[in-house]
Parts: sequence; C-alpha cells; structure tokens
Amino acid sequence: MDSTFSVAIGGAAGQGVATPGDIFSKIFARRGLHINAYNAYQSIIRGGHTFLTIRAGIKEVTCFGDRIDLLIPLNQDTIGRHLALMKSGSAIVYNGDIIKPGSRPEGVQLCPLPVNKLSKGSRSKVEQNTLALAASLNMMGVSFQALEEVLTEQFKRKGDKVVAENIGIARAGYEYAAASFTPFSDPLPRGETRYAVLSGNIALAMGGAAAGVKFYCAYPMSPSTGVLHWMAAHARDAGIMVRQVEDEIGVINMAIGAAHAGVRAMCATSGGGFALMTEGLGMSAMMETPVVVIDVQRAGPSTGVPTKTEQGDLWQMLGAGFGDFPRLIAAPEDILDCFKLVPEMHNLADRFQCPGIILGDLLLSEGRSSVDPKQLSFETEIDRGELIVSAAPTNGSHGYKRYQITESGVSPRAIPGVPGHTHTAATDEHDEDGVLISDEFTNPRKRRAMMEKRQRKIAGIEAAVQPPILIGKATADVTLIGWGSTKGVIQEAVEILNEEGIAANQLQIRWLAPLHGEVIVETLRSSKYTIIVENNFSGQFARYLRSETSYAPDGHIRKYDGEPFMPHHIVEAVREQLAGKTKLSVPMHEIMV
Amino acid sequence: MTTILETGQLTAADFKGKVDPDWCPGCGDFGVLSSLQKVLAEMNILPHNVVTISGIGCSSNLPGFINTYGMHTLHGRALAVATGVKMANHSLHVVVTGGDGDGFGIGGNHFIHTMRRNVDLLYVAMDNQIYGLTTGQTSPTSRKGMKTKSMPYGNVEEPINPISLALAAGATFVARGFSAEPKHLMDLMRQGMDHKGFSFIDVFSPCVTYNHDNTYAWFKERVKRLEDDPSYDSSDWHEAMKRALLWGDEIPIGKFFQRTDLPSLDQAEPVLNNGAPLAHRELRIAPEVVRDFVAELM
Repeated sequence: MDSTFSVAIGGAAGQGVATPGDIFSKIFARRGLHINAYNAYQSIIRGGHTFLTIRAGIKEVTCFGDRIDLLIPLNQDTIGRHLALMKSGSAIVYNGDIIKPGSRPEGVQLCPLPVNKLSKGSRSKVEQNTLALAASLNMMGVSFQALEEVLTEQFKRKGDKVVAENIGIARAGYEYAAASFTPFSDPLPRGETRYAVLSGNIALAMGGAAAGVKFYCAYPMSPSTGVLHWMAAHARDAGIMVRQVEDEIGVINMAIGAAHAGVRAMCATSGGGFALMTEGLGMSAMMETPVVVIDVQRAGPSTGVPTKTEQGDLWQMLGAGFGDFPRLIAAPEDILDCFKLVPEMHNLADRFQCPGIILGDLLLSEGRSSVDPKQLSFETEIDRGELIVSAAPTNGSHGYKRYQITESGVSPRAIPGVPGHTHTAATDEHDEDGVLISDEFTNPRKRRAMMEKRQRKIAGIEAAVQPPILIGKATADVTLIGWGSTKGVIQEAVEILNEEGIAANQLQIRWLAPLHGEVIVETLRSSKYTIIVENNFSGQFARYLRSETSYAPDGHIRKYDGEPFMPHHIVEAVREQLAGKTKLSVPMHEIMV
Repeated sequence: MTTILETGQLTAADFKGKVDPDWCPGCGDFGVLSSLQKVLAEMNILPHNVVTISGIGCSSNLPGFINTYGMHTLHGRALAVATGVKMANHSLHVVVTGGDGDGFGIGGNHFIHTMRRNVDLLYVAMDNQIYGLTTGQTSPTSRKGMKTKSMPYGNVEEPINPISLALAAGATFVARGFSAEPKHLMDLMRQGMDHKGFSFIDVFSPCVTYNHDNTYAWFKERVKRLEDDPSYDSSDWHEAMKRALLWGDEIPIGKFFQRTDLPSLDQAEPVLNNGAPLAHRELRIAPEVVRDFVAELM
C-alpha cells in the first residue's frame, strides 16, 4: 500500500462538489502535501454525476491513483456508483438524514451525519458539504484551525456573519466526528513546503503570461475554456489583450494578425475548434508568422464527449493544414509542464517563424496538482529570434527581403511600422521580396527554393529540442512508452511493477514534432518488451512512430472510454501481456462516472 | 525609391508597389487602387505606418500593388487578421481591401463582428457582383436572375445589401463609392481614414470580363450622390437605412451614415489606455503582479 491518502466527493452537478474540493486541496497543499486531483464530470450544468478525487501525499503525487480512502457522497446516486468499490479501512461520510448506504464492503466505516440536527437554524444550502468536510478532516487528524483559516478566506467576501455561520457548522461536524467516528489509523502527514495548487488550464495561461504573450483570443470550448477564464480575469493586471472571438477561424486569424504586428500571440481550443483553425495554421507557416495554438483534447470524434479525456487529436495536429510546412508539436507531461512548455514553445515558434502546437488534454487541463511556487517563475528565458522592431528612419527601401533565402531557412522578420522594411506577407507562394509567384511571375525554380528554405528550418528545430530520455533502469523486462499527460500514471505503474518484481522502465514522449525517431528506436533497442500506452482507440502515436521509423512495439495498452488510465489498468495489462495472453490490452474503467 | 523622411512631401508614387497590378484591362479595381494611393499621399501618412490587408480574390491582390506593409491573408479572413494587427499596434493605420465574395460570402461572419466591435480601420470592398478569379460564378451581391457559370439558369436567391447589413450590424461609418468616380471615392476614403472606428466603403468596381450585367454604363445611368441632396443628414440612421434600400433606376452613392459618439475597440479596451502599442511594450510582467498571481494559488 502506498503512503498517499485519497478523498473523493461525488454528487450531482450544482450540489457543490467543487468548493469542498478546493478547500481540501488548499488544506493539503498548505500542510506541505503534494496533491493530484481529477474531476470526472458530465456535460450538464445541473444534475448528473460529478466525481472529484483528490489524492495527497508527502512525495510527489503523479496521478489520482487506484484507491479511495474517504468518500463523501452528496446524494444516494453516488452510493450506488461507488460504495461497492470501497476497500477495507476506508470510510464514507454522508448525510444520514437522506442517504441510505445499504450493504457495504467489509471493513468500510459508515459515518452518517445527522445534518438537520447539527445545522439547526442554518440558512446555508450546502450545510451537508461543510459538515462532511469538517468531519472528514477530523478523521484525517487535521486541526480545526486549518479549516477555519480556509473557510474564513473562502467566505470573507460575503461578510462576517456568513463566515461565522460556516465556521459554526464546520465546528459541529468536526466535534461530532470526534465523538462518533473512528479516525484513520495514520493521521495525514505534514511536509515542509507550502505548495500552490493549480489546474492545467491555469498553468497554460500563466505560462503564456510568463512567455510575454500580449494578445490572447479564444472561442469558448471545453475543456480549454479555463485558459480564457484565467487570461480574461488577469488581463488588465498583466497587460494582456484578451478577446472572445466569433469563431475559431476568427481566433487563429486574429492571433496571427497580432503576432504579425509584433506581439506574442496565443489561443486555445479543443479538437473541434482546432479543426476550424487548420487553414490559419498553414497561413502562419506560409507567412512565416509565429503563433502558438493550444489544443486541449477531449473525447471525439465530432462533439464527442466534451467533458471526457482522450489523446485522439494527434493525427489532426500532424496533418492540420494542406501542403508541407514545418510545425512544432509538444504534449505537456504534467500540470507544471503546462506552465513550462508554453514559454519554450513561444521561443521556438519565434526563432523558427512557424506555428507551434501544444497538445494538452482534459486530464491535465481540468486536473489539479500541487506545485512548488518557486517553479512558477516568470523569469524564464525569452528569445524572440530574428525580429526587426525598429530601424532608423532613413529612406524608403534598403532592398530588405522579408523572405531572404538563408541557410537556416529563417529570414529576419520586420514588423509593420518599421521604416524602410515595407513588404507584403502573402499566403500565396512568394519570392524572397514577397512578390507573388503564384500568378504572372510563376517560376518553378523560385517555388522550389522557397519550399526548401522553409523546410530547412526543420533541421534547426530538431537541434533545438531535447530528445526523450529513458526514465528508470537502462534495461528492463518491459518498457512503457507514453506521450504527454500519461507520464504520471505510467510512472506509478512502473513503480508498482518494480515492487512486484517485474523490472520496468519508461520512455515518455514530450516532443511530437520534431519526434527524434532515431533516438527513440535506439533507446528501445535494449528493451525486452515494449508497450505503447495511449488514451485512444487506434494507437495514434504507435502509428505515427511506425510511419516515421518503421518501428513497431511488442504490445499496446489503449483506453478510449473517456476516462484516464488508473495505475492498476496498466499494471494488469502489463502482466497479461508478459504472460503472453494478448498484445493489445484495453482496460475496463470500473468506476461509473 | 524616393527618400521618405518627413511627412508633407509624399506623392502617390511613393505608394507604388513592387509590381504593377495584373488585373484585366479596364477592371474597376485600378480606380480604387489609385484613389487609395492618392489619399494616403495627400494625408501624409508614411507608407511604413500603413498596413494594407486583404483576403483572396482579384481585388485582394491589392496589397501587392501598393507600397505599405501588406498582408495577403486567407479567403474571407482579412478583417479578423486586421483586428489582430490593430490591437497589437493601434498606432498603425489599417486598411482592408477585398471583394464581395471575400467579404460578404466566406467572410460574412467576420464582417458582422468587426463592425459591431467598431475596430478602427478602413474597409474598402471592391464589389463587382461576381466571382472573378474563379472565372465567373454568382456572388452574394449578384442580382436575382443573373446567369453565371454556377447558376446558368439564373440566380434564384436574393442578394445581400452590404449597406443595410453594415447599418444593421452597427458600423459607425457606412459609404458607397464608384470606381469610375475617383474624386468622390477619394473624398469618401479620406473621411473613412479620418473616422475613428470601423469605416466601410462598398465600391462598385465593375468586372469587365465576367459581369456583363453590372457594367460601367449600367452604373453610370443609375448612381446618384447623396451629397447632391442638401437635405440628407448622414447622422440619421433611420434615413440612412431608407436610402440603403433604394436599388433600381436610382442607386445612391456617398456617405450614408456616420456616428462619432462610440469609442473604437482600441479606445474601449482598458489594456490599451494610456499605453504604448502592445507590440512595443515590455514583455515581462512586473514582479509584484506575478507575486499576486502565484499567491492566488496558495
């Protein structure tokens, strides 16, 4: 058994799952505990079923894990879905007035709260949540003071009366638990560092602010909308112009316009919005105007399951836009990496004057993780590449050639307003000086030269990006290969496998374009059995790796039910594959969320 | 190229592009290009402070024929790109040019939203009521009954009225010109450049190759300047709408409507208030602001 503690809150949308979730996260992170949280929810504003899992531990918590130690069901439906999956030693804390748990697995402690009695006289509609929160913290061995502090902050805007009322209810729950329930055998540990807690969407937005983004625009689309929300809320303090645009076609074109005029520009969407952006992506490549687009994947195709996760957009990213052009694609590996990747992507997009795509997913974007605040540094390197932002007001033209043919493929880029550098940037093929070679000046040799100039950037990009590095022992019985957001869950699966005596290691791919295929193949050469783990049906990464390198792994683990992998899914799949039972495992998600 | 150091010494020649237009001889777009070049010179706007942005189509090739910063973007997307340019550097003069298919067909969504946002730019639509570069298909402004390659038995749809559409969408400067009346057109362009907000000029710019209905002669018989009617008040939106709907033996040209009481988007956006253009601002956010951002997460 690992040394983490997981608490889950389940209920209908609108019942207030989020607030106690935030309070738990805050209390844990302030206690010096790492957290990882995942909210399974539905595309519904009121009703349905929402299930938030928060896992805390003294060491880094890389995924939401396999086990729930404490369940807070806010309605009867949650009992039906989750009680049977609870293990011995766990507890459920609930409103005993309305919820009837029925039969329970052995060793699960039932902790009913007499909500009506305890909250007598309260006007709060969510008293059961506050009572359960307080009772749970008592059972975890957390002081009431920690809760009081967070509740005060949470409600202070509503006035002292509301604060006092909430603290009063919380105290009743806390004291009732002390008198009536058995605390967990190990109280929650305590660490040294106070951590920040943030979602992937906030990390992406803050990464943009740290990168010096001055123009952000978007059309709302789950699960990327959180980026827009952070940007909009902080725009005035950060000096960022944020625009909500009529559609994603407008979004990418507006962002490219802003980037062309000299700012760092960014936009975020999900698969459907990205589909509308693809023509614009080609414009960025052809005009050689950098733009950074975030695609937060959700379960497709089409509208799909908007509130569920998937890694199903990889081929869309690889193929978006017609014609050949250099592009950057990277998938952040965890929530902190969402923050770190954005400035890195802007630097590369600026240096190589091409589109940069950040391929996130709902698991990261709406998940939450603790981060050492020191890691959220805004002093990151900013490299704008060969950018001409001013010139002496001498004369009309120096013979400046915007698309000058160079060895690197990169031509110095003058922004509008700079004297002596007027030129036209066109989506039509053009000569070095910007004159179109699509009509009367058509010239196959010039066309070839311009194509090769742009494509030459790829060599520079490959050299600028770090190839993937094997995590763990150099040789192993099994190597698990993942990309992007699966890093944490694979890491935990690898730990479990090693504890079980199956030597395992991990190769996590962050950069998809450039891929560094040769390095990947070379790394995998010493592996006895290789498995590609990915959250999609067709093995999009496996197919991509094969197309680039002819390499095929020994096995695959895939999941496309909308929910992320849990560690045991991977562990069990590895076991069955090493036993020779199958080469393709598709784990079943046991939890009905 | 001539030396351009100071304003006050510009001529239309300073705005001559690297190459000559490749439009068909007699194309209405020549008149629009030369009017624009003359107006920019007269107004003493330095070429490097202008960005001319277009979509795709015959008329959208214009940025290649004028010496300013230019962007020849995607079909229908010029106004979205232009909004980004203007927001990133609101000290630039932004001129958007294009055709009726580009602006009112594929770009219709951006047309409406750019107007309601009152983005400070001049949008000149060269309206020839036909798709020219694709060799003659029906456009959103082709008249009902017009026969084209895509509607060989005649257009059964009603055309868009760009003027009434612009008025309805909240454009703050709405005008119509005719490329064969360059002085009048230049006057509209001058006013449009001066207008702080979205300025729309729909310009009849006949296609001599594919549109045999709406010819120079056809327009000349019909167009009548609003400016010739001393009673016309271009600040009266309802009157403007009435005139906008006139189409037949008499077709009004001129300034239909202007209002100056609404802020343009760059004026309305507090991030731009009292500050340098975004393109020239410090990239780093002040440490005390960053501290607050991180503190919110603790």
